[in-house]
Amino acid sequence: MQEMLKVQDLWVSAGNRQVLKGINFIMNFGEIHVLFGPNGAGKTSFMMTLMGFPKYRVEQGKIFFKGEDITSNDIHERARLGMGISFQRPPTVRGITLRKIIEIITGNGLHKENINESVKTLNLSGHLDRGLNDGFSGGEMKRSELLQLMVQKPDMVLIDEPESGVDIENIALVGEAINTLLGKARVKDPSRGALIITHTGYILDYVNADKGYIIVDGNLVCGGNPRDILSEIKKHGYRRCMECR
Amino acid sequence: MQVDTNYLSDLKSKAGKALEKKAVLGPDIDISRYARLVERGKIESLEGLSHQMKEAAVMAGINIKEELRSGSYMQIDRSVVYESLNKAYEGQLEIMNITDALTKYDWLKDYYWKAVQVDQDKYTAHVEMNMTHGYFIRVFPHQKPQFPVQSCLLVAENNVSQNVHNIIIVEEGAELQVITGCTLAKQEAEGVHLGVSEFYVKKGGKLFFTMIHNWAENFHVRPRTGIIIEEEGAFINNYVLLKPVKSIQAFPVAYLKGERSSAKFNTIVLGLRDSYIDLGAKIILDGRDARGESITRTIAADESITYARGDLVAKTTGYCLAHLDCRGIVLSNKAKIFAIPELASEGSLKAELSHEASIGPIAEEQVEYLMSRGISRDDAISAITSGFLNLDIPYIPDFLDKNIKEVIKATAADVL
Repeated sequence: MQEMLKVQDLWVSAGNRQVLKGINFIMNFGEIHVLFGPNGAGKTSFMMTLMGFPKYRVEQGKIFFKGEDITSNDIHERARLGMGISFQRPPTVRGITLRKIIEIITGNGLHKENINESVKTLNLSGHLDRGLNDGFSGGEMKRSELLQLMVQKPDMVLIDEPESGVDIENIALVGEAINTLLGKARVKDPSRGALIITHTGYILDYVNADKGYIIVDGNLVCGGNPRDILSEIKKHGYRRCMECR
Repeated sequence: MQVDTNYLSDLKSKAGKALEKKAVLGPDIDISRYARLVERGKIESLEGLSHQMKEAAVMAGINIKEELRSGSYMQIDRSVVYESLNKAYEGQLEIMNITDALTKYDWLKDYYWKAVQVDQDKYTAHVEMNMTHGYFIRVFPHQKPQFPVQSCLLVAENNVSQNVHNIIIVEEGAELQVITGCTLAKQEAEGVHLGVSEFYVKKGGKLFFTMIHNWAENFHVRPRTGIIIEEEGAFINNYVLLKPVKSIQAFPVAYLKGERSSAKFNTIVLGLRDSYIDLGAKIILDGRDARGESITRTIAADESITYARGDLVAKTTGYCLAHLDCRGIVLSNKAKIFAIPELASEGSLKAELSHEASIGPIAEEQVEYLMSRGISRDDAISAITSGFLNLDIPYIPDFLDKNIKEVIKATAADVL
């Protein structure tokens, strides 16, 4: 199977803090990987580094996406190569409406079809003319993120805690939207992949993940079946992972 | 009919005494430096303007072919060169220069210097003593012309003082949109534009007024504006300044006299080079259930200084509601923004007045967020600044809207 994302010996700092310490990671086309880990372990740092946020400085190592070394590419170049991200807490951009950002994204040559349907499915019709994330609830933010990604159509999507701030009723909606985004609602789409950070693991009830990893103190400490890992975490917390190192 | 003009001599006498009266705000200007007299002849159509003048007018929102316009008024330096009413709108409104209107209508004395004080300062006094025309636009009762009237006050020569007095009357139940472009044909020209504007919105009337100011680095501007709004009348003002100016100081006052009258000011300012900009709006809420709002968006670049003022004064004994929203982005370590909101309730027990003011940089977090959607850094900054400036101005031609966004994009990309 072909590699979509390959990370080699990645060392990253943010401010004065070393947040990633020599991560090696491979994700093949068509796979969904899930990342677990305690607070402050480096999950979001890993995702933000993959997307190229300058706050996260790569000190050593390389990131390859679809065979191309993207370590020094900026955020928008990575997005145009086919990477997309759903933020845990996206910023509020008052002057730009959700409708406007969708227009801007589609103006980049991306496709527009089924947007109305997606807007309706994600229950965002009343939010299109509001400032981006301005007064949005947790669930509305997640749905807005997913709608933007549906328009953007990335090959690889990074999703940071899709369940946080979302009530139980809306988790199913978010889960379905992720499946739609990944083209996995019915048949597995071999051209797309996803890396999902989850705290609670609720999203695993909706998304058919292939592999799970635990990140502790900036290192990937173990990998395996995501459901097995989740059940281990539920039983013992991350204590054993610490010992595993 | 013989028009009684005795009242004019009283006004002249008052003005004469105020010729040295310095304005409360803004740097003092030596008007005597700009005494050049240039007279110009009439033109048959706006197509008759020189290429340079046409370009300046177009960039200030003027449609040279007069498409989608109900009428046009054009003044170059001190001369009225063009007044035209689209035939389709005859009987709905009238457009003429104020000099002709004063000799035609006796009743104009009830409007002339009634919304602005003639002796407010040396600039109002100078306009009265040395008036160089200005427009008079009146829309008749219950008429609602579909398209806006456009007016262009253009300065084409050096050392000119353009001293205009404008009056707009929106009669009962009528509606009018006006686009005014004030601009220079010579970018290096030195001079001063003194513009007195008195607007009257009668019962149930609506006036949408959009003003685009395109000045240059050696030019001073001192508008003096008063708007009187009667019962259920509405005044909506859009003001755009996106070019450098030596100095501009204006503080229009809307008098909400009637019950349920309303005024909304939307001010968009881009401070460039060493511009001195002092702008704002004052809303006086006199009528019961009056509503006012003033939104100001300022971006300060280079070495510009901008004062963004807002003043709400509640006087009614009934309910009233008004809000100031003043936000600024500073793009340069040599630029300054002063946001000065003021609220006053003069025994107005039921008044609800509020304000929010903020000054800050463009949030890097927002730029990166848009970049993660595949948008380049420059485009992200442009989208954020355009969104910040809230540029959804009604009746602005598409190309001008695009041009405004391009200016912002270039400026923001340069200074960040």
